[in-house]
Formats: sequence, structure tokens, C-alpha cells
Amino acid sequence: MSKSAREETAEQVAFRQYCRQWLKDNRPGDPPVRLPLSPLEIMTEAQLTYLQKWQKSAYDAGLIGCDYPEAVGGAGRNDCQRVANEEMIRAKTPFMPNVIGLGMAAPTVLYHAQETVKEQLLPRLFSGEDIWCQGFSEPGAGSDLASVQTFAERKGDKWVINGHKVWTSLAHFAEWMILLLRTDRSHKYDGLSYFVVPIRSALGKGVTVRPLIKITGETGFNEVIFEDLEVDDIYRLDELGKGWQVAMTTLLHERGAGELQTPRSGGMKSKATHATNTSNLIELARNTVRNGKPAADDPLIRDRIMELVVREMGLGQNQRRSRVSALLDHPARLLLQNKLLASEIAQDTGALAVEVAGASGSLYLGDDNAPAGGQWPMAYMNSYGMTIAAGTSEVQRNILGERVLGLAKSK
Amino acid sequence: MAQPDNFGFGEEATLLKESARKFFADNFATDKLHGMVASDPSPERMSECAWDRDLWQQMVDLGWTALAVPEVADGLGMPVAAVAGLVEELGRAAFPCPLLSTLNATYVLAACGSAGETALGEITQGRTASLAITNKQGSWEAAETDVTCEQGKLTGTACFVQEARKVDRLLVSARTAAGLSLYWVATDAPGLTIKPDAIVDLTRDQAHIQFDSVEAQAVSTEGVAALEQAMPAIWTILAADIVGAAEWQLQTTVEYANTRQQFEHPLGFFQAVKHPLVDVMVLVDQCKSLVYNAACAIDTEPERAAEYAHMAKASASETAAFASGRSVQYHGGIGFTWECFVHLYFKRQNHSQMLWGDAVWHRARLADILMGAVA
Ligand SMILES: Cc1cc2nc3c(=O)[nH]c(=O)nc-3n(C[C@H](O)[C@H](O)[C@H](O)COP(=O)(O)OP(=O)(O)OC[C@H]3O[C@@H](n4cnc5c(N)ncnc54)[C@H](O)[C@@H]3O)c2cc1C
Repeated sequence: MSKSAREETAEQVAFRQYCRQWLKDNRPGDPPVRLPLSPLEIMTEAQLTYLQKWQKSAYDAGLIGCDYPEAVGGAGRNDCQRVANEEMIRAKTPFMPNVIGLGMAAPTVLYHAQETVKEQLLPRLFSGEDIWCQGFSEPGAGSDLASVQTFAERKGDKWVINGHKVWTSLAHFAEWMILLLRTDRSHKYDGLSYFVVPIRSALGKGVTVRPLIKITGETGFNEVIFEDLEVDDIYRLDELGKGWQVAMTTLLHERGAGELQTPRSGGMKSKATHATNTSNLIELARNTVRNGKPAADDPLIRDRIMELVVREMGLGQNQRRSRVSALLDHPARLLLQNKLLASEIAQDTGALAVEVAGASGSLYLGDDNAPAGGQWPMAYMNSYGMTIAAGTSEVQRNILGERVLGLAKSK
Repeated sequence: MAQPDNFGFGEEATLLKESARKFFADNFATDKLHGMVASDPSPERMSECAWDRDLWQQMVDLGWTALAVPEVADGLGMPVAAVAGLVEELGRAAFPCPLLSTLNATYVLAACGSAGETALGEITQGRTASLAITNKQGSWEAAETDVTCEQGKLTGTACFVQEARKVDRLLVSARTAAGLSLYWVATDAPGLTIKPDAIVDLTRDQAHIQFDSVEAQAVSTEGVAALEQAMPAIWTILAADIVGAAEWQLQTTVEYANTRQQFEHPLGFFQAVKHPLVDVMVLVDQCKSLVYNAACAIDTEPERAAEYAHMAKASASETAAFASGRSVQYHGGIGFTWECFVHLYFKRQNHSQMLWGDAVWHRARLADILMGAVA
């Protein structure tokens, strides 16, 4: 049972070999720019161009969209994306800039769009030439996503869209958006519909993108305003009034619990990037003096760092165990914990680092004396993005309690 | 050496775990446990030593006590990963028996090389055993003992000996002129007195053992090395027991939260109940993953065994405490009674939490490994 779960098909074995060789020959060199912590903090064209070039080369080599049909620009393989992912992560490649496209838009479009739309949009999504964004949240609709008010009104075979989306990551670079909106005000869930809409080509023609500044001072997310944007009916996904079901496909894949594996790469660091992990935290404790001694010698600090080491290793081992069926109690139990744990561990690691740094924990990026160039307070603040976005930690606990433990649904 | 992806948890281990689960589910429902061990609620009672010997004999006949015995001593030589799977099921059932204590002795004896083989052979034959290596202060350091040995005779007291009244043999650590040595002795040997402790846990027995010039069989003069080598396995299987028991606590409390209604809703509707129950699940899963990682390290990557086993037991001790607290709290008044089964697990878990080192103790040792010891 547990064995066969890890036994690779002939296709996977051969593909792994191929990926390994390709990455050996083609892994990009050191980035010429500071890479942000994640694709959601891409701020400059230089960063984007570097990362897009990497994504396109990986797509052209067949490492992205592996399991999608060839007709829509995929490689038509069987369960090979996970192989490519493992190899890219092992090779410490840069991450891919079109995260929302790959992780959320692609599966949603594949399962719910018309054939011609898939053929039109997916190849440039996979290659990263078109960046995608996700227009779900609104000023009045966050955790309670189904209360979105952005509205599409029918006009012949077109739709006219008006509304206001917020926190839209990557919208400032995006060609396309997946958009959850309302076509009927009388039903909360059944009044929702789902579209893909152009952004960059429609700027000034019904679409306005305004950057919002994050708690860290960085940009990366935006508000997007629709004023009489006209969209063809072919860009509606699935039936009218089925927007909520379509959104579930998106969210399932966002949470890593969907059918299609999201292409993932990462691990390459530019000089100034700094991972929020416990080995860096231990380094910091060694280099920080507390009461005349290294903070790393303080038993209380040691205990708290070890608490995080245990949690961090626990998460890594959860991921390993999630592939051993004999040691699982419920198919989604570990998968659905991933985001909650990763974000909270990162948050607690960042918080402890700032505390361990003591007075120097007050220094930010602009200060030459800041430990790790000021990246710890940056990472700590950024971690709240992770515990809020993509379903807050509270919402994640609701989902786990209801779907996995079977507890009664909360409001 | 790299670890196998599946923790080395193969088909044999899967079958063993499944059959253990079925064995306890079929034969040992929780009401049976309660009926057996909770007859005397008096706070001043002496600890009971009630257990189901017939069922235990079936376990011995199934070969479960010889699982970890190396093949050279005619045991099954199963990996720690497989043993952990069995122990997880034992913990889920909270079955009172000397399996853990016998496994503990087995791991120490196996670490003694050929010197341990005679004693291991007895375990293969179905003899049960326990470690008598802890001093009066309850130190979990391998080298601490209040027992001494002169001319082959043991004198002094070993404390906090687990399942003392259930076992046939003790593996005793004692100070000698040559350093710390290990001895094998029958629990009915002349001069050996078992003095039961009055403990909170109803599913175990514990005692201090008085040695008054007791003749014992010398096993090894390399006591500290053998104990240190075996401790990771001892921590790991106890952590596996905690995982099983905590999963029982989680599922039992979830069931109650789905049944009991207040304010026109089942309790689990309220996030003040729902979210901490999710946190219990998160801890159980973290601990379970760390247990199999540690077990696999002992089997395949011994240089990391202590590090990973410290993680497993640190996590297990936290899990035991949190799952126990929440299980009682969310049962409300009924959870505070002797009649409700949650107290059996609450007490077993509190005992396991401390046994062989609590979370702070394990994290301190883990820090020594990862950050270097403080001068
Ligand atoms: C960095 C970042 C990037 C983002 N990118 C995107 C994007 O690209 N596209 C997009 O559409 N959105 C994006 N979001 C928005 C994100 O999805 C929402 O912020 C999130 O869903 C929470 O909604 P809210 O901000 O309205 O908070 P609210 O829903 O108002 O929540 C406020 C607080 O109340 C708690 N709460 C709310 N409801 C409950 C409940 N039922 N039970 C318990 N607690 C509850 C929440 O957990 C939170 O702590 C992004 C957000 C961030 C921070």
C-alpha cells in the first residue's frame, strides 16, 4: 500500500531523468536583482523580467503544465508535474512569477472554460508571458467571499461589469484576472458567476489598477476598479449562477487539495534574500549578545527556538507522511493543515527573531547595522500576509474542524 | 545515510498495525478498561495492578513481545517504525500491560551486543521485563542510579520502575568499581522487594525496588553507552503510545462535541471549542510525523536518532498535556467525573508526559545537539 504509493511509473522515471539533466544544463545563474521573498512581492520590471524568462524556459522544456492536455499547451503526461516540482526544488531554481495563474487560474480554466478559451489562454499562462491575478476579495467580502457585489449585466452577447476588488496581488502586472462576481442579487450563492477578464489591455477602458501599500512599505497588491468593462460571453466560465462551484475549484487548488498539481519551483536565493527558518534564527542568536553572553546560550531562548525547530520539522515530516497511506487517518487531514502551519510557523519564527535581536530588532532595511539587513522585521510583518491571505488562519481552522473532524458548521 | 521516503513503514508494518488495531477494538473496549482499573476511586488507594493476563498471553503468542528482539536472539528483528505502529495502537487502547517496559529492556539489551543475548533469549521465550535505572530524584540521565553492585550483589533502591508488578525480570543499572554496569535479575529473587507507588495513572503500575544484596546476572559493563544508544527508541515508542492515546482523546471529544447541544447548537459549532480541537489534531499529527521520522532514523540513520527522538518526545509531551486538558474541558461537568472515561486517558497521558523526560528536558538536549552545549 504505502510502497506502491511511491513506486514510480516508467514515464515518471524517464521524465525525472530528463528533468534532472535539463536542469543541470539550464538552471539560470545568479539573479542580477534582489529577489523578493515570494512572487507576491514582485515590485520591479527587472525582477519580473528575470523571473518570466525563467518560467518560459521551464515551460518550453516541458517542466510546466506537464499533466495538462497537449491541445491546451500542456505536455499530456500522467502525474508528472510532481516529478518536475521535486526536481526543480532540488535544483534550487528561482520561483515562478505567475503563481496565481499556475496555481489557481489554470485548473479553473481547464475544468470550466470553453475549449477555444483554454486554447487561447493557457499556453501564455504556462509560459508566464501572461501574468494572472485573482479578483475575489472586495471591501465588503473577505472571509465571507460569497457576499461579493461586483456585478455583471447582460448586454447582447456581452457583459458589462462594474465593481471594486481589493488586495488583488500582481494586478499591476496582470494581463488576465479570474473574477468572481454577481449576476443576480436575489440569491447569495446561486447569484454568483465566474469570468476571466482582461486587465492590462483594458486599462483606461473600464479597468483601473491602483497599488496598495503593504504594512512592510512594499507594494504587490492593488485595488481594481471596474467601470462598464465590456466582456464577451465566451469568457464566462461554466453556467450562469455556478460561480460559487467554479470558485471552489480555484480554492481547492489554492489550498493544494485539488486534482492538478501546481507547478512549483524555488530555493534559489539572491544575496539579499533571507529565509525565515530556524537555522537562520539560530545564527542570529549566536551573533546577538544578551547580558554579556551570546543569546544562543540563554536557556529560555534556546527552549523557544527548539519549540520552533520541532514545529518546523513536524511540518516537513507531515508532508512526507502525507504520501504514506498506511499512516494516514483521513485523506485531506495533513494537506489541509499545510498552509495554516507554514504561515504560523513563519510568523512565530519571525516574531522570536525580532525579540532575540533585542534592541537591534528595531532596525529596518535602511539601517546598515540591522541584523540580516533588516529582513527579520520585514519577514515578521510579511507573515501576516500569509496568515490572512488565501483563507485566514481562523477560516482554515473552521475548514479543518468541519471537513476533517466533522464538527458542526460555524457561521 | 538517507532515510527511505515511506519511513521504512512497509507492508509488514502496515499489517501489524492493522491487526493490532483490530485486536484491541475487538477485545478491549474502553468500558472494559474502566471496569478493570477504576474500581477504587479513593484518592488514598494504593496503585492497582489490575490487568488482563489472558489477553496479554494472546499478545505474547502473537509474537508482539519478541518483535524488537534481534534475529540473533531468535526474535523478529522488526524495525522501530513497525514497532511504533503497534505501540500507537496500544496507546489508543490504553491497554495495561508490560509491552512498553519489555520493549525498553529489549532495546537496551540489544545495545549490549552479544552480552545481551541470553537475556534477550528469555524475552523471546515470553518473559517480560522492565528497566530499573532511575534514581530517587527521577533523573532521566542515563548515568544516574542509586544502586550499587559489589561482588555480583545489588544494593540500593531503583525508583520509578514501570510495570514492576507485571514483569518477570528487571534490567538494573548499578554503579561498580568499573563504572556503570547492567544486571539482569528476576523480580522474585531473594532480597528484592517491590514497593508499589501510589500513582495517579490507573493504566500502569509503578514501584520502587529495594535491593538488599541481591544476586544478579551481569550483562554489560558498558552501561552508559548501551543506555544512551537505546534511549532514542525508548523515547520514540513512548511518543507513539502518546499519539495513539491522543487520537482517542481527540475522536472521543469530537464525538461529544457533535452530540451534546447547548444554545440550540452542537458544541462543535462554537469556535471556542472547534478551533482548539483543531489545534489538538495539529499537535497529534505533528507528533505522529515526528515519531515515524525518529523511528526511521533509529532504523536507518542512527547518527540523527537522538536528535529526531528528542523532537518526537518533546512534541509528544506537549501533545499529551494539551489533548488531555481539552478532552476534560470540553466534556464539561461530566468530564470532571470518575464515571466518564476521559480521565483514564488524561491520567495515562500525564504520566507519559513526564516519563523519560518532559518537553523542556528534551528541548534542552536538542538544543545541545543543534546549538552546541553551553559551557
Ligand atoms: C498579502 C495578501 C494578498 C492577497 N491577495 C489577494 C488576491 O490576489 N486576490 C484576492 O481576491 N484577495 C487577496 N487577498 C485578500 C484575502 O483573501 C482576504 O484578506 C482574506 O480572505 C480575509 O478577508 P478580509 O481581509 O476581508 O478580512 P475579514 O474577513 O474581515 O476578517 C477579519 C478578521 O476576522 C476573522 N474572521 C472573519 N470571519 C470569521 C469567521 N467566520 N470565524 C472566525 N473568524 C473570522 C478573520 O480571520 C480575520 O482575523 C490578499 C490578502 C493579503 C493579506
